[in-house]
Amino acid sequence: MHPQVILHSLGYLTQAAGVTLALSLAGIVLGFLVGAAACIARLSGRRWAAALGAAYVSIFRGVPLLVQLLFIYYFLAELGFNVPALVAAVGGLALASGAYQAEILRGALNAVPRGQSEAASALGFAPVDVWRRILLPQALRISIPPLINEFILLLKASSLVSVVGIAELTRVSMNIATMTYRPLEAYVGGGLFYLAINLCLSGIGLLAERRFGKAGAI
Amino acid sequence: MNLALVWHYAPSLISGFGVTVLCWAVGSIVGLALGIVIALASEIRLAPLRWLLRVYIEIFRGTPFLMQLFILYNGGPFIGLKLAATTAGVLGLGLYSSAYYAEIFRGGFASVPRGQIEAAMSIGMTPLSTLLRVRFPAALVAAVPPIVNTLIVMSKETVVLSIITVPELMYQVQTMAAETFTAFDAIFAMAVFYWLLVEVVSRLGRRLEKRVTLFLARPA
Repeated sequence: MHPQVILHSLGYLTQAAGVTLALSLAGIVLGFLVGAAACIARLSGRRWAAALGAAYVSIFRGVPLLVQLLFIYYFLAELGFNVPALVAAVGGLALASGAYQAEILRGALNAVPRGQSEAASALGFAPVDVWRRILLPQALRISIPPLINEFILLLKASSLVSVVGIAELTRVSMNIATMTYRPLEAYVGGGLFYLAINLCLSGIGLLAERRFGKAGAI
Repeated sequence: MNLALVWHYAPSLISGFGVTVLCWAVGSIVGLALGIVIALASEIRLAPLRWLLRVYIEIFRGTPFLMQLFILYNGGPFIGLKLAATTAGVLGLGLYSSAYYAEIFRGGFASVPRGQIEAAMSIGMTPLSTLLRVRFPAALVAAVPPIVNTLIVMSKETVVLSIITVPELMYQVQTMAAETFTAFDAIFAMAVFYWLLVEVVSRLGRRLEKRVTLFLARPA
C-alpha cells in the first residue's frame, strides 16, 4: 500500500465526489417527481393509468440499471438524437429511482390509517382537502426515512454512470488507477469517499427515523 | 429486430446466461452462508468482535459493488490476491451480499419471541437444536421476504460483473452489439430477459414465503 497515492489525488477525488453527489441529488429529485406521478397514476382509480403506472414500476425495477443506462444511451442515439452523456446519466438514474420512489410513496400513503380519510370525508372535507390536510402531511413524513435510504442506494448505483463516461467518483478512481498504476490505492480512496458520504446519510436517516418514523406520531 | 442475428449469436447468449445464473447462485450461497455466520457471531458478547463485524457490514453496504469489484480484481494482485475474473466476481458478489444477509438474519433472529427460546431450553433442548429447530424456522418468517428481495437485487447486480470482463450475459450482449452494430436489438432483448427473470424469482419467492409461514396457519 502506498497511501500517498490517495493523498496526491485527494483534490481530484473530492471534486469527483461532488459530481457524484450532484448527480445523485438530481436523480433523486427528478425521480421523486416521476415517482409521485407514477404513484398518483396507480392510485387514480382509472384503469389505464393504473396499468401504465404499474408497468413503469415493474419494468424499471426489473431491469438492471446498467442495461437501462446503455439502452437510453444507445437507443436514443440510434433514433438520431445525440443525447449528451450527462442527460442520459441523470435521466437513467431518475427513471430507475422513480420506480422505487413510487413504491415508497404508495406504501406511505397506505400506512395512513384508512379511518382517517373516511373520518375527514364524514366531516365534510373535500377530496382535495383530505389529500392536502390529512393524507399528504402524514405520508410524506412516513416516507422520509425510506427516501433517505433510497438516496444511499442511488448514490451507490450512480457509480455505474462511469460507463457512459461521466467523470464522477468511480470514473476518476479508474483514471487515477491507470495513471498511477496503483489500482488498489485509487479504488480504496474512491471507496472511502463513498463510505464517508453514505455514513453521513445513514446518520441523517437514523435521526429522521427517530423523528418521523411512526405513522400518526406527530 | 433482426432475428437472424440473434439466432447467430444464440450460443454465446445462452452461455452468457448460464454464467450469469451460475455466478448469481454461487455468489448468493456464499453470501447467505456468510450472512448467517456473521449474524450468529455478532451475538457473541465480545466487544472487539462485534465492532469488527459492524465495520465489515458498514464497508460492504456503504460502497458501490463496482468499487468493491475493482478493489478485489484490479487491486488484489498488488497484495498477492490474483483471481480470475469469474472467481473475483463470485467472491465479490458473496461478500457484498453477505453484509445485507447478515442484517436480515440479525433482524430475523431478533424477531423470535424470547419465550420460545426459554421454553425450548426449559424442556432440555441443546443450544444447537434450539437454533436449528426453534430459532431458525421462526426467524425465516421475518427473513424470507427481505431475502427474496435481496436475491432479486443481486440478480441485477450480476450485470456489473461484465465490467470486470466476466463473460456473463451482459458481456456477451455488449460483444454482440459491438460486432454487429445492433445495440438496440441486443440490449432490448436483454432488458426483456432480465425483467422475466425477476418476475419468475419474485413469484417463486412468494411461494417460499407461503411455505415458511405454513406452521403459523395451524389452528391454535
